[in-house]
Amino acid sequence: MNKSTSLVAKLNAINEYERQPIPESKLKSWKKFIGTYAGEHTAGTEFVLGPLFVAHGASAIDLVTGLLIGNVLAVLSWAFFTGKIAAKTRLTLYYQLEKIAGSKFTLIYNLVNAGLFCFLAGAMIAVSATAVGIPFNLEMPTLTDILPNSLGWILTVFAIGAITTVVAMFGFEQVSKFANIAAPWMIMVFIAAAVGVLPRLGINSLADFWPVAKNTIWTGVPLEGQSQFTFWHITFFAWFCNMAMHIGMADMSILRYAKKWTAGFSTASGVFLGHYIAWIASGILYSLFLLESNNSLTFAPGPIAYEAAGIAGAVCVVIAGWTTANPTLYRAGLAIQSINPNWKTWKVTLFVGLFTTIAACFPALVMRLLEFVALYGLILMPVGAVIFIDVYFMERWGLVKNYALESGKKLNPAVAFTWILTLGFCLVLNLFADVEIFFLGLPGWFVAVIAYLIFSKLFQKPIVFKTQKVNLTSEPILNH
Amino acid sequence: MKRLIIITSILGLITTIVPPFLVFTNQIDPSTSKTLMLIGTVVWFISAPLWLNKKEQESV
Repeated sequence: MNKSTSLVAKLNAINEYERQPIPESKLKSWKKFIGTYAGEHTAGTEFVLGPLFVAHGASAIDLVTGLLIGNVLAVLSWAFFTGKIAAKTRLTLYYQLEKIAGSKFTLIYNLVNAGLFCFLAGAMIAVSATAVGIPFNLEMPTLTDILPNSLGWILTVFAIGAITTVVAMFGFEQVSKFANIAAPWMIMVFIAAAVGVLPRLGINSLADFWPVAKNTIWTGVPLEGQSQFTFWHITFFAWFCNMAMHIGMADMSILRYAKKWTAGFSTASGVFLGHYIAWIASGILYSLFLLESNNSLTFAPGPIAYEAAGIAGAVCVVIAGWTTANPTLYRAGLAIQSINPNWKTWKVTLFVGLFTTIAACFPALVMRLLEFVALYGLILMPVGAVIFIDVYFMERWGLVKNYALESGKKLNPAVAFTWILTLGFCLVLNLFADVEIFFLGLPGWFVAVIAYLIFSKLFQKPIVFKTQKVNLTSEPILNH
Repeated sequence: MKRLIIITSILGLITTIVPPFLVFTNQIDPSTSKTLMLIGTVVWFISAPLWLNKKEQESV
């Protein structure tokens, strides 16, 4: 099979059941999802997020309890929001959204999503660059850096960006297989690297751990120029860092394959390995670096992992960053391609890769990853609130569900105005009431729910069907 | 044969994770641990592709 045929086959595989419910024979048990989620949430981002909690002065007790509660809330959100709706509709987010909001809105959503994917992939390329640069004695970026600090950094980022882009253009399937193989090994390296450095932190027995954790690792004192993180920051971050996936409903695409909605609880494997153990492990590694470098502001996961676990550690950073960047870049390409399906996939991916690589040159993308991840979830959250209300409450309140499909409209204004109003409300809270980005998702969700109901009342027009109850999608007539 | 490859992979993972615990209990030095971790990594990445994805393809 030649490459272009192979690519078409891959795209066809991705589109399987995209516009129809998953058939009964294709449903999978919850065990399948445990492995999927465990692999998906141990990624390159974990090498950055765990250390950033240390940099932001999280205390040990706040970290341990905040992550526990936040992760439990995230799992519950996956099960009770995404799992239930995915099992009820058996559709992808994109098709469900198209039925509710129309094809034009879905296009806008895809574009926004693609932009966010590019920045996330860019951050992961930069993380890989910190490990690849070790043998070249590359000058590493610092926590306060915004612009690239050397030509060497730009060249390294471009080299990794080029490889990532080429692989995303032609070898997504191989990367996906490679990521499956790397996942169990990566979590081992995370744990092993942290355990190996414990004696250097003064921990020589289990009894030593908690006193050192409190006084040396998570001291409760932020680094110079960093804001203070409290229990609430950690809880809300752990809950909302994947808000786009659970409350935002993006994981409908995965959980629609589940036999029962309770498969949503399988996400616990991912969040507790990746967002608990891996964050704690990478935080330990970073605190050792701070201790031995006298609180240097240099922030480079590659050398930190290399110092702790040798070549295996550095390789782990490269693989973690690369296996996260690659599928993300590929998804961004597909999202952009939805503007015009006639565009060649490889050309779109090449353009997306170039944009992503330029973004990756700016270290601010890595240093502000906490804020970016929170923003990513926040921007996509209103769409999840709209789907939640549409699936459960529209008919109860005398409104039409799947309004775009039933009315034949390409843009449901109720959804568009809900999105704009919700994000506007969050922006006002942030700018004028000093509410930090990590906390905006919760009030924002309630605003989105109320706004969607009100706008639907205002914008929906009664629909009369020619073929009542026989086929709800056939020939709708709008009553003006 | 397949069972042997799986056992080899598992041994690779064990060689990756156990050495740092031996550093923690002061039985080996960190440089030996790093070398063993690298060996475990190589063993895992050579042996795991021979069965891991194939198993998944069969089960889907």
